[in-house]
Amino acid sequence: MPTQNPSASTESASILELTDREYKAGFVTDIESETIPAGLSEDVVRLISAKKNEPDWMLEWRLKAYRHWLTMKEPTWQNVHYPKIDYQSIVYYSAPKTRKDAPKSLEEVDPKLLETYEKLGIPLRERAKLAGVAVDAVFDSVSVATTFREQLAKVGVLFCSFSEAVQNHPDLVKKYLGSVVPYSDNYFATLNSAVFSDGSFCFIPKGVRCPMELSTYFRINSANTGQFERTLIVAEEGSYVSYLEGCTAPIRDENQLHAAVVELVALDDAEIKYSTVQNWYPGDKDGKGGIYNFVTKRGACRGRSSKISWTQVETGSSITWKYPSCILQGDNSVGEFYSVAVANNYQQADTGTKMIHIGKNTKSTIVSKGISAGHGQNTYRGMVKILGKADGARNYSQCDSLLIGDRCGAHTFPYIEVGNSTAQMEHEASTSKIGEDQVFYFQQRGISPEEAVNMIVNGFCKVVFKELPMEFAVEAQKLLGVSLEGSVG
Amino acid sequence: MTQPLLEIQNLHASVAGNEILRGVALTVNAGEVHAVMGPNGSGKSTLAHVLAGRPGYEVTAGKVLYKGQDLLAMTPELRAREGVFLAFQYPVEIPGVSNVYFLKAAVNAVRKHRGLPEYDAMEFLALVKQKAKIVEIDEDLVKRPVNEGFSGGEKKRNEIFQMALLDPSLAILDETDSGLDIDALRVVAGGVNQLRSPERSMIVVTHYQRLLNYIVPDFLHVLIDGRIARSGGKELALELEDKGYAWLEKEPPAVAAAR
Repeated sequence: MPTQNPSASTESASILELTDREYKAGFVTDIESETIPAGLSEDVVRLISAKKNEPDWMLEWRLKAYRHWLTMKEPTWQNVHYPKIDYQSIVYYSAPKTRKDAPKSLEEVDPKLLETYEKLGIPLRERAKLAGVAVDAVFDSVSVATTFREQLAKVGVLFCSFSEAVQNHPDLVKKYLGSVVPYSDNYFATLNSAVFSDGSFCFIPKGVRCPMELSTYFRINSANTGQFERTLIVAEEGSYVSYLEGCTAPIRDENQLHAAVVELVALDDAEIKYSTVQNWYPGDKDGKGGIYNFVTKRGACRGRSSKISWTQVETGSSITWKYPSCILQGDNSVGEFYSVAVANNYQQADTGTKMIHIGKNTKSTIVSKGISAGHGQNTYRGMVKILGKADGARNYSQCDSLLIGDRCGAHTFPYIEVGNSTAQMEHEASTSKIGEDQVFYFQQRGISPEEAVNMIVNGFCKVVFKELPMEFAVEAQKLLGVSLEGSVG
Repeated sequence: MTQPLLEIQNLHASVAGNEILRGVALTVNAGEVHAVMGPNGSGKSTLAHVLAGRPGYEVTAGKVLYKGQDLLAMTPELRAREGVFLAFQYPVEIPGVSNVYFLKAAVNAVRKHRGLPEYDAMEFLALVKQKAKIVEIDEDLVKRPVNEGFSGGEKKRNEIFQMALLDPSLAILDETDSGLDIDALRVVAGGVNQLRSPERSMIVVTHYQRLLNYIVPDFLHVLIDGRIARSGGKELALELEDKGYAWLEKEPPAVAAAR
């Protein structure tokens, strides 16, 4: 959900607007009337575009996507089950709605959620914001965001909301938007292309090493970029950026369907490191509620010796459908995918990656750690494709599954297509189970069963966690513990 | 007279509906080392596991008092924190969790329970260095994942090493000698002997008299068919070595049970 007043975005991306937006969050009753009715049609797409005051080319692109979407069918190949989504019952532009329904104070927030914040050690002043309380809880983040922007501007890094980018950097957006994930790519990506609400835009110019980790957290309206988020990151020749998406705290959201798109472009010798912690509401322990998370993430290693590295910790959502991929176009380019996915209670995760080797001497690494507990179903689905001209391509894949209890499931679907005889492929897989005897061993040494599972799970995920930025890794570890609470005994 | 450390009264326990322990009675005072011997299937390991609280063992009758408290009402981890230690016959492997990390968590859980400050990494490593000498454990083993890829002898050493770190009041050694060659046995037994103290009691469960040449018990009990058939001093071990268990099986248990 965009929190910004769309008409205000014309006033360009000034600090004034930033501040304005943040404070506006508290008293938005005046724009409440701007909520549009549920349902999707060409008019709705036009309306969204108009509210964002978008240029014609942007609207045209959205409409192309919408028209294409009408010809598409929702995919059914994934190993997840959910009731049919009624796309006409979804409100596609509803900024004020969440405000109106938002709890007025922390006292109105589900105590379970507050308990989780407590366990994760989230600072008090941040809790209200995360829980969607309709007050301005985070005053200092305005100055934080401003400081960061100034610092970034000095080295020429552009980092702003997608809407702002459309207004202020139309040439860059036009050049790269849809160049990795075309509007016609897949059902959910196409839907996103038609109705995307907002997201992040990030541009690292030639030769610049981004001086800090970029995090959606620093972008003020990040918590509310909504169900159809769109992110575009472009790293020019020889540049480097590390980008953090999400946050370990569970974020309250009224929308059940999330369909985000992330596009990454790395030119010659550029490197993009993209880390995600996804912790949307997973539903209750009986499987009621929870977010359906259908995400398309893809990176193009367009230049020689470029590198894209995906690291994800997926603990939330009732359904996760997500395959961050790399197109290894440039010679000597490198793609990496490190993943921890948790499916507890009735969660279903179908996640993995695609590594498409096109250039010569391209290298890819896949490390996937799936954890299933309760009635959770965890699927790894991956594809490694070596095209005919990709001489000397190499892939290493490791897919491990860990089961907790005997009602959950782990599934692995690795697809390998090799079209060049010089390719070197390695694939390792394992499935293990946390045994009662292991837990008892911990207990006999004075360690509680919960802590035992924590320690075993963290040991299992260690190789992935070490790919995360330090502070994030510590949070992710804690988060995993909370996500798996009650999975033993 | 001071309170005994452990008092087992008329203990009955079943596994999967089969009664294994049929009225065990045993009293252990502080500082005493008791050996429990018996033929296969007599219930030795069951007794060890019931005392440690392993799931799957159902206590159907009887009572166990530990430091005057109802031991059976405690969770396994609480028993451990209260000072009950079980050296496993078959220590389980924990892939991905390093031994030192595991031990630090264990020692700190126990210390926290006892109201002592938790060790930081440096303090703990110093303690590890000191205790590693007791069973001549290789520092490499300390860093590796718990028991993963350890030889039988290394696993048993690791158990005694853990015992040294956790400083229990009651150590139960479940067939610690099984699978050990004579040199390893000497090292492990030597480690156990170094840990003997007036504050620490031990129950040494073993099938063979051999171990008792190295760990000399104060008392010896023979468990037959889920009951203690005979109790005596260390000399009873030699008698068993001579005659086997068969002669005890013929004696009426009621006579033998009265210690």
